[in-house]
Amino acid sequence: MLSHFADRIKDFNFDLLNRSIKSWIISILRLILITGISYLILFPLLSKISTAFMTRADLFDRTVFWIPKNFTLENFELAIIHMDYVESLLLTSTLALCVAFFQLASSTLVGYGFARYDFPFKKIFFALVLFTLIVPPNMVLVPYYMNFRFFNLYGLIPGDGLNLIGTYWPFILISLTGVGFRNGLFIFVMRQFFRGMPQNLEDAAYVDGAGYFQTFFRIMLPGAVPALVVVFLFSFVWQWNDVFFSRVFLGTVGEVDVLSIALRDLPEELDYWIEHSPYLSLIINAGTLLVIGPLVVVYAFMQRYFVESVERTGIVG
Amino acid sequence: MNIFKNLTLRQKKSIIGIIFISPFLFGFFMFFLAPIIQTVSFSVNELNISRLGLETNFVGLDHYNFAFSVHPVFIRTFFENLLYVLLDLPLILFFSFFAALMLNQKFKGRLIARAIFFLPVILASSAVIGMDSAQYATEILEQTSESVFLSGEFIQVFLMELQLPEDFIGYIIDGIERLPEVIRASGIQILIFLAGLQSVPDSYFEASRIEGATTWENFWLITFPLMTPVILINVIYTLIDLFLAQDNELVELIQDEAFVGAGYGVSSAMAVVYFIAVAFIILVVGGLLSRYVFYQE
Repeated sequence: MLSHFADRIKDFNFDLLNRSIKSWIISILRLILITGISYLILFPLLSKISTAFMTRADLFDRTVFWIPKNFTLENFELAIIHMDYVESLLLTSTLALCVAFFQLASSTLVGYGFARYDFPFKKIFFALVLFTLIVPPNMVLVPYYMNFRFFNLYGLIPGDGLNLIGTYWPFILISLTGVGFRNGLFIFVMRQFFRGMPQNLEDAAYVDGAGYFQTFFRIMLPGAVPALVVVFLFSFVWQWNDVFFSRVFLGTVGEVDVLSIALRDLPEELDYWIEHSPYLSLIINAGTLLVIGPLVVVYAFMQRYFVESVERTGIVG
Repeated sequence: MNIFKNLTLRQKKSIIGIIFISPFLFGFFMFFLAPIIQTVSFSVNELNISRLGLETNFVGLDHYNFAFSVHPVFIRTFFENLLYVLLDLPLILFFSFFAALMLNQKFKGRLIARAIFFLPVILASSAVIGMDSAQYATEILEQTSESVFLSGEFIQVFLMELQLPEDFIGYIIDGIERLPEVIRASGIQILIFLAGLQSVPDSYFEASRIEGATTWENFWLITFPLMTPVILINVIYTLIDLFLAQDNELVELIQDEAFVGAGYGVSSAMAVVYFIAVAFIILVVGGLLSRYVFYQE
């Protein structure tokens, strides 16, 4: 019995033991790091959630930490009223969906053109795509405003020019033509993705008698779904959070602002209606949650697909 | 159509190619180029809006002069901004590469960890996160939780013991204190690095394991060289992201000048100067780094 045990010890692989201790230490370190970083990322969100449900009394109560004693929805109610939340949500979602769709359409076509065809000045044209990325948006915003305020396509449309400010048209026009916000990046992503797809697929389609555009729509597009998802999602999110373009293109004419602007203006708005106090920050927190809420919900459903998609887009070549 | 049929395949293909990219060409020349030219022209002209429409008087480089020598904070904000971006760049890259390496390993809860790490991709922009610094309620919570996480002082003492140069220590401390910001700015970079790491073929590691390489050697001899193109992409993306962010101080300054400050001419001049600086830095950094990039083929 004892000798048998001794044999077992002799056989015991110490190298293996060493390695398993090492991997234990690594897992624990990793756990600590990931928890810490996750905490830093989630902290602003959690603190907003916590305070958004607090009453005035809770805010100054030193014994209240994270979990409010008097749970209330009043902050949300006030934020919804002062931000015109329902109308604004509708406006923002329509606009973001619109922009995402048109940006997706243009960047897919243009990206495919750059990936698969050779034509004169191709390199220069592609350099122009990258050029659009490094122009600060505020360098072009005011001329944009003037061009869309008196829109006549440099004389092509007769008359004094149409006033497109306050409509979706400026967004649609620049998205559809691939020069919208960060559109160059999407063109780049789509180009990289199409370059990574096997050429044989198209060749087979051509042999079978499909035309260039048929091949694109029936063979290449269905294969590009991961990249399409990524582009659509990013475009949607960036439009949702955008303040610059929305402020200039939608103007101050409309009664309802997009959510990002409504949120920016919320402190001022509240100051006007309610006397200024630290209490306002509770309402602003509730407002912030209302703005990012829909995004977080979308993300929660999409994130798994989204992460896999980015991995398969071949942005990295 | 007959003409089309007489073309060679090559010519045909280049026409199709042009058709595919034509939306962009149209947009670029119709919508994008004109505003840039207009901005440049506003920067050398004085604008007067009268009943007869826009009047412009050529004033040469007056606006540039004003921006550089009269404006109280432009120069300072300009250089501070460049400095901040160039200091943030290595922090963001280092952190995101590290985070991607970690998320690329197999462990329980990896999906949840990824979901959290990519959350800033969705939330980090402009209006949303920008609102938390000046707020009373969040501040209270921040005070109570500050001591929980890494304290700069402790690390400082530790680094002093190692007798590192003082500037370097200052930079690290500063980095640690700004860790939350760095993390929130790294979402997309982590995503890109992770995608890059996934594209490294497993067969390389299998071969190196047979040769008896350690994890450390694997990293420096396989992973890192294959990641250099990804690093280049990330450097350029990060530069663009930081320089053009809507809450970048200089971007905001230029925007404010146009409507409430020194007027649209000066704002245009500032925008032109800023654009040139940004383009120059991106070209120089990209050019320098691309020398060290390793491509497989």
